[in-house]
Amino acid sequence: MALISREDVAHVARLARLDVGEDELDRFAEQLGAVLEQAADVAALDTAGVPPTAHPFPLVNVLREDVPGASLDRDEVLAMAPAAEDGRFRVPRILGEAP
Amino acid sequence: MGAVEIARDVRAGARTARDVVEEHLAAIADREDELHAFNLVLADEARAAADDVDRRVAAGDDPGPLAGVPVALKDNLCTRGIPTTCSSRILEGWRPPYDATVVTRLREAGAVIVGKTNLDEFAMGSSTENSAFGPTRNPHDPTRVPGGSSGGSAAAVAAGFASLALGSDTGGSIRQPAALCGVVGVKPTYGLVSRYGLVAFASSLDQVGPLASTVADAALALEVLAGHDPADSTSIPRPAPSLVAGLDGGVEGLRVGILRELTDGIDADVAARLAEAAAALEAAGAKVDEASLPTVSLGLSAYYLIATAEASSNLARYDGVRYGLRVDGDDITAMYGSTRAAGFGPEVKRRIMLGTYALSAGYYDAYYGQAQRVRTLIIRDFEAAYAAYDLLLAPTSPSTAFALGAKTADPLAMYRVDVCTIPSNLAGHPAVSVPYGSGKDGMPVGVQLLAPALGEATMLRAAAVLERSAR
Repeated sequence: MALISREDVAHVARLARLDVGEDELDRFAEQLGAVLEQAADVAALDTAGVPPTAHPFPLVNVLREDVPGASLDRDEVLAMAPAAEDGRFRVPRILGEAP
Repeated sequence: MGAVEIARDVRAGARTARDVVEEHLAAIADREDELHAFNLVLADEARAAADDVDRRVAAGDDPGPLAGVPVALKDNLCTRGIPTTCSSRILEGWRPPYDATVVTRLREAGAVIVGKTNLDEFAMGSSTENSAFGPTRNPHDPTRVPGGSSGGSAAAVAAGFASLALGSDTGGSIRQPAALCGVVGVKPTYGLVSRYGLVAFASSLDQVGPLASTVADAALALEVLAGHDPADSTSIPRPAPSLVAGLDGGVEGLRVGILRELTDGIDADVAARLAEAAAALEAAGAKVDEASLPTVSLGLSAYYLIATAEASSNLARYDGVRYGLRVDGDDITAMYGSTRAAGFGPEVKRRIMLGTYALSAGYYDAYYGQAQRVRTLIIRDFEAAYAAYDLLLAPTSPSTAFALGAKTADPLAMYRVDVCTIPSNLAGHPAVSVPYGSGKDGMPVGVQLLAPALGEATMLRAAAVLERSAR
C-alpha cells in the first residue's frame, strides 16, 4: 500500500504554498513514498524514555544590550524587492474583494 | 602552490598577490568553460583586492595570515552587492545587503576572493547536478560529477582555480565533494564557525568550512574562520582554537576506532584505501581497532526527516515579497504558490514537501519527533565511543565519483551517497576528509576522521599523518 496518496500530496503542497501540477502529484506520491519507506526504520523504533534532540548543543537565549546600533540600509534592502512603494514592500491583495 | 606558501611569500614581499591571482585567473580562463565550477568569476574585484594587498606589503603593513591567497566562495554565502544565487532561479539576480561573517574574516585576513562557486540548489544534493545553472564537472574526469553540494568549491580547488574554497556541510556537502575531487575538506564543530550570512538550509546541521589542497592549508583557513560571532546566536562563545602550531605532532598513543557500521556496503577500492589508512595510523604509533556505533545506521533516515523539516521552514521565506523572483497572482496566496512553483527546482520542491509532511498534523511525532529521538541515540553512541577512542576513522563516500546522470532519476539512491558523512552533522561533531589514493577507475578516494566536539586540533594532526603517508 502506498504510504502517501495523491490527496496527501495535494494537501501538503497547499501547506507548503507550492503550486503542484497534476503530473507532479503522482511523481511526488511515488518519490515521497519511497523516502518514507526508507524512514520506516526510524518510525518503527522503540524510543520510549528517549528525549528528542532539536539541536546538537544545549542553547539558551542570547540577548544583546538594548542599545541602538547599525542596521541594514532600508533603500538598499528595498532595491532588491520585487515591488516596493513608500519605503515598504508592495504585495498583491491580501483581504477582501478586488476593487 | 598552497595557501601557506602563498601567504608566506606575499607577506615577505617575495611574490606579489597580483601575480598569484593572475596565475589563478589564467587557470580559470583555461578550463572553466569545461568544468563550470563558478556561478560568477570576480576577476576585476580579485585584481583590485590583490593590488590592495600588495600596496599594504609595500607600505610595511602585514595584510594578514591569508595575504594574497585566492579563495572561492560557495554561492550560498552572502556577499554585499555581489549576486548570491544558491544556484536557484528564485534568487537569481539578488544582491545581498550584507557580507557573511566568514567573508568579512577572509577579507580582513588578506584573502583575495575570486568568485562564487556552483552548488546543488540551496545545497540540496550530492552531485551539483541540482543547480539551476547546470552541473559542475569533476576536474579529474569531466564525464563524472564532482560530488556535492559544494561541488563547485571542490572542483575549483582541484583545478587550481583557487587556493582555498569555502563550502557548507549539512550532511556531508564539504567532505563528500572533497573526497570525490581529491582535496581536503573540513566540517568544523557546530558553532565553531559563524553561520551569519550563510543562506540557511537546515539550521541545526549547517556548518561552514574550508576545502584546500593540503591539511595545513585547511588548518590555516579554519583558524581564520573560527571564533565567536555575536551575530550568530549559535556561535560558541570561546576563542578560536590554535590548529596550525601543533599540526606536526603526530598520532603516537592516540586511540583510533574504525567505524564498522560505515564500512558496510562500500566499494572494494574504498575499503582497501581505508585499510591502508588504518595501517598508516598504526605505523605512526596510533592504537587502531574496530569500533561499533549501532545507531549510526539509522542516521540516513533521521537526517532526511530532520533536514527536510528544517528546510521546509527555512525556505518559507522565499515567497516573492522581499527579494528574488515574484510571479504575480490574483491575491497574495496565489502569488506565493506560483512564485515558489516557478522558482524552485525539483529536488528543493521534493524536500520542502517531505519536510512539510514530516511536520504536519498526524505525522509530526511518527516522523520528525522520532528522528529527533534517534538523534539523541546517535549522540549517546558517539559519547560512548569517545570514552574509548580519541578519533574515529571511516570512508567519506561509499564510492568514487560517479557519472553525470547516474543517480538523477532515483532520489533515494542519491540520498544514500551521504550515509558516511551524515552522523557527524547529527551529532554536531567535526570531521575531515583527506585524499587517500585512488580507485581502480583512477578517481580519488577520501578517508574521513571524526572527532568529538571541538576536537579539531587532534583530528587535523592525524589528518596530517594520513596526508604524509598517502604520498
